[in-house]
Amino acid sequence: MFLILLAHFIVATAALTLLQARPRVSAGLGVAVLLATTAFTVRWGVVDGDPAAQRWEWVGELGLSLNLRLDSFAVMMVLIISVLGAFVLAYSAAYFDPDRVTARFTGYFIAFAGVMSGLVMSADLFTMFVFWELTSVFSFLLIGLNSEKSAARVSALRALLVTGAGGLCLLAGTVLFQVELGTTSFVELATKGPGGTIITTAALLVLVGAFTKSAQFPFHFWLPGAMAAPTPVSAYLHSATMVKAGIVLMARMSPVFADIDLWRWLVVLAGGTTMIVGGARAMHSTDAKLLLAHSTVSQLGFLAVLAGVGIPGATYAAVVHVAAHAVFKAALFLSVGAVDHAVGTRDIRELNGVGRQMPVLATMAALSAASMAGVIPLFGFATKEKALAVLLKADETVGAVGNVALALVVVGAVLSTAYSVRFVRGVFGTKKDAPGTPVHHWPGVLLTGPVVVLSIASLAAGVFAADAGTLFDAVASTLDARASGKLALWPGVNTALVVSAGVVVVGAVVGLRVPLTLTSRVNQATGEDRNKFSGESAYHWVIDGILAGAKRITRYSQNGSLQTYVVVTMAMLASVFVVAMVQGDAPTIEGMTLADSWLQAIAALVAALFSIVVTFARHRFVAAVLLGGVGLSLAVLFALHGAPDLALTQLLVETVVLVVFLLVLRQLPRVFEAASNTSRRMVQVVVSTAVGVSVAAFAVMVNSARTAPTVGEQYIAESVPGGGGKNVVNVILVDFRGFDTFGEITVLAVAALGVANLVVMARRRASVDRMEQRA
Amino acid sequence: MIGRRSTILTESERWLFPLVLLVSVYVTFRGHNAPGGGFIGGLIAGSAFIIRHLAGLPLTFGSGRRLVPELLIGGGLLTAAFTAVAPLAVEGSLLESNIWSFTWPVFGDVKVVSSAFFDLGVYFLVVGVVVLSLVSLSADPADPFDEGDPEGAP
Repeated sequence: MFLILLAHFIVATAALTLLQARPRVSAGLGVAVLLATTAFTVRWGVVDGDPAAQRWEWVGELGLSLNLRLDSFAVMMVLIISVLGAFVLAYSAAYFDPDRVTARFTGYFIAFAGVMSGLVMSADLFTMFVFWELTSVFSFLLIGLNSEKSAARVSALRALLVTGAGGLCLLAGTVLFQVELGTTSFVELATKGPGGTIITTAALLVLVGAFTKSAQFPFHFWLPGAMAAPTPVSAYLHSATMVKAGIVLMARMSPVFADIDLWRWLVVLAGGTTMIVGGARAMHSTDAKLLLAHSTVSQLGFLAVLAGVGIPGATYAAVVHVAAHAVFKAALFLSVGAVDHAVGTRDIRELNGVGRQMPVLATMAALSAASMAGVIPLFGFATKEKALAVLLKADETVGAVGNVALALVVVGAVLSTAYSVRFVRGVFGTKKDAPGTPVHHWPGVLLTGPVVVLSIASLAAGVFAADAGTLFDAVASTLDARASGKLALWPGVNTALVVSAGVVVVGAVVGLRVPLTLTSRVNQATGEDRNKFSGESAYHWVIDGILAGAKRITRYSQNGSLQTYVVVTMAMLASVFVVAMVQGDAPTIEGMTLADSWLQAIAALVAALFSIVVTFARHRFVAAVLLGGVGLSLAVLFALHGAPDLALTQLLVETVVLVVFLLVLRQLPRVFEAASNTSRRMVQVVVSTAVGVSVAAFAVMVNSARTAPTVGEQYIAESVPGGGGKNVVNVILVDFRGFDTFGEITVLAVAALGVANLVVMARRRASVDRMEQRA
Repeated sequence: MIGRRSTILTESERWLFPLVLLVSVYVTFRGHNAPGGGFIGGLIAGSAFIIRHLAGLPLTFGSGRRLVPELLIGGGLLTAAFTAVAPLAVEGSLLESNIWSFTWPVFGDVKVVSSAFFDLGVYFLVVGVVVLSLVSLSADPADPFDEGDPEGAP
């Protein structure tokens, strides 16, 4: 299984590098990999007994490993991903011109298919989280494919931030599970089950993660925005694969964790609301692709209710509807792409008579739309029928929440039929009083082919619903042993059928009555919701707030005044020493002599004298020279103490620094200006005195507070045998503490480069300013 | 550059520059056994360039090729880093010293410690930092409006 994923990444890398100039070749390779995945999945996945599993140690010491498990549900999802992926990739070869952008698309697409397969095969939450984040990253890249369009960049970022935030919730939940139960494996979690506040919190965090990924209310707004992506991307990511990740996660968790009351209510309310909000938005869309995007949101709400409610029959219905939805929604997206490609628009107010000109495409798209509407004998009918039958009986097992779920789903289903009708009517219908839309490029076989095959699949699965239902029986059973079920094309006249028929009739009437020109405050180009009380505005509020807060903090802490920086740094330094001295035991000052020799005393006095005089200096030049004097006196002190290396270094540093100082002084006023006000001056005086006193006191105390033996002896003993040098100071620098030295020279290099660049930049700007003044 | 060009400095630079550079190399390599080392050596070499700079001469070696301080800094850092990780290749620990002793005909017993290369990296880096400070902080000859230097740059 890891080999399959690896194959995806190798082809993806090749597409992005070696084959950059030949996107058609890499697309061909990609289709091959996806078909190979299909073959291997069927070969390995469909077995009796324990499903195939693989484990890859990642960070052994931390106990992190990636676990894949190919059970029937994973097989189904991988098949959806690989088969649809192959279709979409073939389609995109005709849809795009073969240029660099296409090369990038192909690479990202194949990589995405790989990580998505990894996600559905994950055997535990941790592995799933890893792939989860990777899908977010690749979807970001795919949505932002046309990076020169600002709408694409904004949408990509929004999708990344929303799903990324959800990913963090998922991570938090995963960690809680690991800490509390010692495992994140789905199989083991199912045996432990819910119990206790921490488990409940963990489960709900995971649920929130699933909501963001599957665009559930109130996180649904990123998905329509993601329509900025090219149509094949939308068809794949936003119908068949990535948005299903949350559904997959819910399906894996809910058989056990839906017993948490809050989980069930959250799923039903959020899913139901999503279904209705998405449906209502779809009825207000005039961009056919945006209509489909909102319809996807709506269908995802439906799936979330089914997958998350935790009733065995609903889990079965969720599994079959995931398959049904993937097939019809991909076909619909691809048909819109084909129409857009042919006539150059996808605005349903402008499209006219397209169906008459492209009858095959129109018929096939109508079949898929009928599946979405739940019309007999399409696959969508059978799955919706099953769902309704289960939800009608839901209150028997889960109580009131079951009735709420039923009510929301029925309303949502009406809207589903309505927007399916609106879609077919808008894209392929003929309006009486308008000219027909001219066709520029007739779609080739690669553009219509996938639509035809997928739509026929919807029809076939519907007609042979009973056989299809048996296939999915095993799939649902791996999620929940009780979730066995079957489908039927004609279930007989029962309550569910009556409800279903009513839904279709009402929905069709609504779909035909609502004018195609109906729009809303949602931006028809970007899918951006301008409603004041939506998840979208909450998102903007949060993002704007974070940015504004960051700016305010930056303005406050980085005000550009060197004096403030120095005062703050020095005050911190002094307080560190003061805290250290106050915290420790009362110090005893012992064994101190005033001076070792007369020379030493003189050097110290000279240093002190220079330091005092420097505070009275008015000229910067004088101050610099006096500071040099302090340094030189220190060098003398070092030399007297038998530290020639230190003395030499000090001497040289003082020399070089003085010269550099003089160079800097050219740019500064000759004389120090008096502080603007007295309080500022007082602060400076207090802080500098505090630093001086505390450092001196600390130095005295530290000497008499030693508890551990000095390392000096050891260094001296080791110097020649270990370091091969008689100069211990040097051996320490380059060997014993070589790592420190390396850090220091790195800092030195970075600081020097930074300062040099700042100076050059400032000078260039000043020079430009002056030229402008003269001009 | 500050003020007028000094003849004394220009003349003395001619023999001072190579001499100081030579001393800096000597100090760097004796550093392992006597006061000295890469940092001190680098500063001494930096002083050589300071003398050259103060004498108003371009920062070049004898051949006339202009020094690229960024290259010195990067090269120095790389040398040090390479010395630090090299022992890992021969199953040593990070920054472990290797001592090679052999006898050469004229020099007698020679002992080379691998950490000398680390010191050499430090040396070049420090020279680079000093030269970079000089180059970036001194007047830009291409800028006719640099008011810091009334006499004009060399």
